[in-house]
Amino acid sequence: MKVYKSKKIIILYLAPVIISLVIFVYYPLIRSIIDSFYSWVSYSPDRKWVGLANYIQIFSNEEIGTIFKNNILYAILSVIFQVGVAMVLAACLEELFMRQSQKYFRTILFLPSLISMTVIGLLWQALLNPNNGLVNYFIHYIGFTNVTPLWLGDQKIAIFCCIFVSQWQYVGYCMLLDLVGIQKIPRELYEAAKIDGGGSIKNFIYITLPMAKESMLVTALITVIGSFKVFTEIQIMTGGGPGRSTEVLATAMYRSAFINDEMGVASAYAIIIFGITLVLSLFQLKITHSGQV
Amino acid sequence: MLSKLYGSTGKILVFAMFTILGSMIILPLIWMLFSSFKENSEFFSDPWGLPRKFQWNNYVYAIKYGVGKYFTNSIIVTVLSTIFTVFFSALGAYVLSRFEFRSKDIIFIFILGGMMISPEVNLVSLFKLLQKLNLYNKHIGLIITYCTYQFSFTVLLMRSYMLSMSRSMEESAFIDGCSSFNVFIYIILPISKPVLASGALLSTMHTWNEYMFATVFIESDKLKTIPVGLVTLKSALKTNYPILISGLVISAAIMIILFLIFQKQFIRGLSEGSIKE
Repeated sequence: MKVYKSKKIIILYLAPVIISLVIFVYYPLIRSIIDSFYSWVSYSPDRKWVGLANYIQIFSNEEIGTIFKNNILYAILSVIFQVGVAMVLAACLEELFMRQSQKYFRTILFLPSLISMTVIGLLWQALLNPNNGLVNYFIHYIGFTNVTPLWLGDQKIAIFCCIFVSQWQYVGYCMLLDLVGIQKIPRELYEAAKIDGGGSIKNFIYITLPMAKESMLVTALITVIGSFKVFTEIQIMTGGGPGRSTEVLATAMYRSAFINDEMGVASAYAIIIFGITLVLSLFQLKITHSGQV
Repeated sequence: MLSKLYGSTGKILVFAMFTILGSMIILPLIWMLFSSFKENSEFFSDPWGLPRKFQWNNYVYAIKYGVGKYFTNSIIVTVLSTIFTVFFSALGAYVLSRFEFRSKDIIFIFILGGMMISPEVNLVSLFKLLQKLNLYNKHIGLIITYCTYQFSFTVLLMRSYMLSMSRSMEESAFIDGCSSFNVFIYIILPISKPVLASGALLSTMHTWNEYMFATVFIESDKLKTIPVGLVTLKSALKTNYPILISGLVISAAIMIILFLIFQKQFIRGLSEGSIKE
């Protein structure tokens, strides 16, 4: 059709998407890269070329260890729960005897992922409040009256609380996606296994897992990418504290930019996040487009 | 006999596990709902119990202390972001799925590439850019950035749907002399309804819940959206939890109600391209 070759129309229709991507996605990225080599503050036009000094400052700071440790911990635990545990849960829900109740569990477990992280964060902040939160109330109620963990106020366990809340919010979401995936596996495979006398666990290991392998790998990568970008949960629940014990890359960037007004350092943090997520995204793209998924 | 017993123990264990998991999810949410109706003293003295008397006033106060205003702002931002995201993405997807031109692959990669640059990475430069463009501290700045960061995903989602659609209707429309824009409005959009619905729901969910851009790009209290507003409200209210919690309930309820109505579209959209906040 001739209409489908008209250059004018092509340009006109693609313009809104392309122009906004150029201005608000690609241009800012280039700016971030350039700005990360300068020392500058938010409300002054003066800027000074400092080369790699911003990066050196970040990597020579003793906090960087904690920051990376937190991001990596986030990634590992999220993969375990949102890829591993979610898959097992989905397989259990697909078992014949769970079919009737599947609908209810599926919906309940999915609910938290619909709610904003702000609400979830503020809710758990209240629940984990050491003095009047429900969690400690429960611990005292079942008899451990002298155990009063500080939860988000304890440098050692605060990060685990944040990670727990993330898993609490997203396990059901991942389980639902796995469920959709399992339902796409041809029924004949399971029927054939039934004739051979395979049990549920064998089915899971020899049919479900191999069939879902690639999509699990992609989910794992998406989860890891997400873990290096994590921001809102931490910002709401602890703001990186107590001390700097729950600081992650994105909250450190926020602190540099909007609290310390070291915009160059903040840009360098942004580029570090970009570097890590880019490598992982390219890897993910390669798997998705090699026709395996 | 033994294997049967073993089998039923397994079943009971699995069911018990889901019951415990389900309770861990639902109890905090129910607690949130109950607490929002309690008096402040009751909230502290009897944290786990039905409200003695339903304090609807908590909701009235929450709305008066700002939730009403934040709610309106969120509705404005969410509705406009969703409309623009869906409309312009559909237009782009229409071109990518139907039109023939040489640079198509490059354009495709360019749009795909947008997904690899996350909002976190651009937060600082966008903050400066919006100030320069005079879009800082304005709803329109927030709406434009929300749309832009959803374009890549939504275009790809819609493109793959449109590629699978039959072309016979458009062909006869073109023979009858329709313009491509009319074909888009009267043929492409109606046939793409399922994918438009999925895209719109995901966009709504994302925009309604977004915190990072909303907290950095908006400064005035009267323009804040609900996720940022709730954090402001928290520090303003100090220890008056029930009122804050009624704010949380209002924000959460909208998405839960939408989900319960449009469950099918939600799940299709989510499973088409697994994205996450």
